[in-house]
Amino acid sequence: MSAAAFLRPGSFAEALELRAARPEAVAAAGCTDVLVELNFGRLHAESFIDLTRVAELGTLGVEGGTVRIGAGVTYDALVRGAGRDVPALAAAARTVGSPPIRNRGTVGGNLASASPAGDCHPPLIACGAEVELASASASRTVPVERFFTGPKRSVLRPDELVAAVWVPKADGPQAFAKVGTRNAMVIAVCSLAVALRPSSLRVGTGIGSAGPVPLAAHAAEEHIGGHLEEAGAWETRAPLRPAAVERFAELVAQAASPIDDVRGRSGYRRHALQVLARRMLTWCWEEYRHEPRWAA
Amino acid sequence: MSRYASENEELAPPLSATTLEHEAGRIGDPAERLDGVPKVTGAFEYASDLRREGMLFGATLRSPLAHARIRRVDIARALASPGVEAVLLARDVPGKKRFGLNFDDQPVLAAGVVRYAGEPVAVLAAASPAEARAAVGRIVLDLEELPGVYDMEQALEADAPKVHELGNVLRHVHIDHGDVASTRADVWVDGYYETAMQDQAPLGPEAGLAVPAEDGGVDLYVTTQWLHVDREQIAPCLGLPEDRVRLHLAGVGGAFGAREDIHSQIHACLLALRTSKPVKFSYGREESFSGHVHRHPSRIWVRHGARRDGKLVAVSARLLFDGGAYASSSPAVVANAATFAAGPYEVPNVQVEATVVFTNNPPCGAMRGFGAPQVCFAHEAQMDKLARALSLDPVELRLRNALATGSVLPTGRPIAGSAPVREVIEACAAIPLPEPEPTSGRGALHYPGGTGGTTRGEGLQRGVGFAVGYKNVAFSEGFDDSTAARVTLRLDDGEPEAEVYTAAVEMGQGLYTLLAQIARSELGVERVVLRQADTLIGSAGSSSASRQSTMAGGAVQLACRRVREELSRRARARGAGDGEAHGLAELRDLLDEPATAEAVHRHRRTERFDERGQGDVHVYLCFAAERAVVEVDEELGLVRVLQVAAAVDAGRVMNPLGLAGQVEGGTAQGVGLALMEEVQLSGGVIRNASFTDYLIPTMLDMPPVAVRAVEYPEPEGPYGLKGIAESPTVVATAAVVAALRDATGRELNRAPVRPEEIVGLVGPARSAGAPAIPDVPGQEAVPSYLAMSSGQQHLM
Repeated sequence: MSAAAFLRPGSFAEALELRAARPEAVAAAGCTDVLVELNFGRLHAESFIDLTRVAELGTLGVEGGTVRIGAGVTYDALVRGAGRDVPALAAAARTVGSPPIRNRGTVGGNLASASPAGDCHPPLIACGAEVELASASASRTVPVERFFTGPKRSVLRPDELVAAVWVPKADGPQAFAKVGTRNAMVIAVCSLAVALRPSSLRVGTGIGSAGPVPLAAHAAEEHIGGHLEEAGAWETRAPLRPAAVERFAELVAQAASPIDDVRGRSGYRRHALQVLARRMLTWCWEEYRHEPRWAA
Repeated sequence: MSRYASENEELAPPLSATTLEHEAGRIGDPAERLDGVPKVTGAFEYASDLRREGMLFGATLRSPLAHARIRRVDIARALASPGVEAVLLARDVPGKKRFGLNFDDQPVLAAGVVRYAGEPVAVLAAASPAEARAAVGRIVLDLEELPGVYDMEQALEADAPKVHELGNVLRHVHIDHGDVASTRADVWVDGYYETAMQDQAPLGPEAGLAVPAEDGGVDLYVTTQWLHVDREQIAPCLGLPEDRVRLHLAGVGGAFGAREDIHSQIHACLLALRTSKPVKFSYGREESFSGHVHRHPSRIWVRHGARRDGKLVAVSARLLFDGGAYASSSPAVVANAATFAAGPYEVPNVQVEATVVFTNNPPCGAMRGFGAPQVCFAHEAQMDKLARALSLDPVELRLRNALATGSVLPTGRPIAGSAPVREVIEACAAIPLPEPEPTSGRGALHYPGGTGGTTRGEGLQRGVGFAVGYKNVAFSEGFDDSTAARVTLRLDDGEPEAEVYTAAVEMGQGLYTLLAQIARSELGVERVVLRQADTLIGSAGSSSASRQSTMAGGAVQLACRRVREELSRRARARGAGDGEAHGLAELRDLLDEPATAEAVHRHRRTERFDERGQGDVHVYLCFAAERAVVEVDEELGLVRVLQVAAAVDAGRVMNPLGLAGQVEGGTAQGVGLALMEEVQLSGGVIRNASFTDYLIPTMLDMPPVAVRAVEYPEPEGPYGLKGIAESPTVVATAAVVAALRDATGRELNRAPVRPEEIVGLVGPARSAGAPAIPDVPGQEAVPSYLAMSSGQQHLM
């Protein structure tokens, strides 16, 4: 980055002004994506906005029933600071890269990069999280599910920065799992998040690395939500019927639109999602039935 | 206490300034690595850290296409690019235009045609790495794509495009021992097996610094495995006599065979001589995938026949290896594979037909195991099939057929050296199995899938697999191999200090620690200095083929003994009674002048194959057995290797720490090929040239390795030692995949095993049958019948 302009705002307001003035500049926080792209010669940038001095972006706090995670919060800080309030997101953060990457990489960067394989996206979608986008003149919130528009593309405008992500505090069990062909430090072949949301009588889902964008399995959510409501199961906490679980798993697999690439084959991705959906719904439901934390 | 010493303090200050204090290790001691601490703390200077005032940075334009005619290369814009001092094409190579390990078939820079994606077409030097890269992007390369050969069976078809004018068959080895055709067996089992292209994945990519010298020659500081054979290839291309090309070993961050071939050596020297400035090349990871050869992908068709009691009576094997676009060391790899195809077993009737072909895929060559892991994967799967067919225990079946000293090999000669195959198998089988674990509640890191958290006990199946294999040590087929060493004993501040000087390459394997142990034991001193390797002393041969402990170790042992003889002469001349130095004071007196001796270690001569593939082709053999225990998530196809139990045929353990390190590291590379490592190609182009997508095992993928050494001294090894560095890699892939078969009941005949194969979404690899045997003039590599000059053998 030596020959390039390296802009170092000290506040978020200053960062947004720079963003507006320098739409070509690359916003950089942990640099875990940016440096790789630069080194591989895939990113040619003349200027950078270094967000690491913007203290506001590093804040993590609970406001009412919602956790506000500043865009500059690292995966490591997230795991340490909000593991209980956003368990699926924290579980996803734990699977990102290696400890040095988790010490540098940020939730906001993960969103802004908008990789279909981004580990944070499935839990954010499953939990119904919203992303706060800001420009010098305005700010807006967008449901994370509608944030992504294609591989590495999002609704983020050239004059905007990701300010924070707002995640409803867990009101029920959640799970995140990621399939990779080695047991650590791996980009997802596919991933899935499941969140039971008893206060809204919903089951949330988020699928990663199995389509052009991270997505929710709406048909699966509606199927299992309807089943639980009909059976009165949110109150009775009765065991789930295997057929209902299997149908949920099938619908999760059907929601994905995976491709063949160097990391995996589409047929396997669909298969793995079905296995994960079956397992994870069962884990969450059994936790809901037995864990005192979720008692009514 | 040991330390490195550098000829050139300016070039290697952090390293040469470091004096390492650690427990002095002698032969048999668990001596700590003398380069261990500086490597961990970052003080060690790797080749990528080299710098010189005013140096330029080299960069390479590589072909994006695998097979194409070069219509035009326009370098005008690159020459005018900021910071650029020279841009070179094939026409600028002043001497020989081609180089190569076995045959000089590889262009220094491609002219007329490119034969693989990644082949260098132009090199340039600029004031900064960024300017060099930018200038490469300004070279206009106009290519006309040609039909290519991307499949090794397609290469053998009559109408296949020719990669070289001599055709697509590089070598065919034929071994015909006994009489397979008329052998009767109670049971026959057939199999077809495939292995993928594997990368050596050394953590330190290729790098070097060429410094023009006042005599019109050049000094090259470089990562390599064999300084002299590099020079043998470099000097003719530069049009310089060898004595004006001086090579110095730079810090090598791993090799595993990837540093045997020339990478940037000639390019750096050409640019340094052209610009009269130092020129540095330092490949990144992506370029490194194009900058070195890989392990050959293989297809193997094999048939085993046995009596009802389990005794093997016949093995017939058809091997096909994809050599890629240039010969590299493929002729030797395929010969090795052919000789090991029947496994470490007594088989009276063996027929092997082994072919390595040219394709337009990236060149393949040396990688740890050198042809043996591929055939081990096949012969060990066959032994398990046979055990099932005969209802015999797989370990017992192996014991009943194990080779021993005196056993006749498929190459028709009895094993002269140590061959404790039975002992290795028994030692491995005796290692306790890991304890059973509870299904649930373990914590995510202790399940298949690891950090991904994909199971909490669902779908688990355990499996156990066993594999035995072997590897030749040192070069085979009549190669006259030697290593030179010079040992100097002198006083430094009144303390006796031994300097060990060879051209042998330390690339992380622990050789220098071993040489220091030998010097300490032979000379009875504590302080040993390893002088930086260079070409100002005689060749050490390659740090490959598990040979350097034997060869450099033997040379240092001999040189030390000559130093002792010199001291005895001095003692006798000064009237000491028995000619021995007793005590330090006396030794100090004898060392008023340094005592220096040189020695050359040479192993016994071997033979070439005769027309039936018979001959005493290998110097000696090293055996290993491994047992892998795996846990599979059979619904997701994810794997956790719980344990690898390893027994190696060490001859004599010189350094138990070093031995364990080699067994663990070698096993890791075998685990990688079993579970994840594959260079994926599409139309000859590597699709996963990065550590993001070329996965190698992490700590969570590596099991604890329980290591046992079996010690039966090898007559060819100094102190009876054997080079063991490759044998764990040979067997690990076979053992892990055998364990996966045991856990899943699936055929799994291809390595690496992919999750979709474990869960059954994709069936086993299938073949319509082995290809016809090619028509070749004889057992040697085809180019040798066409009067192409050879590389290595000429050295001797």
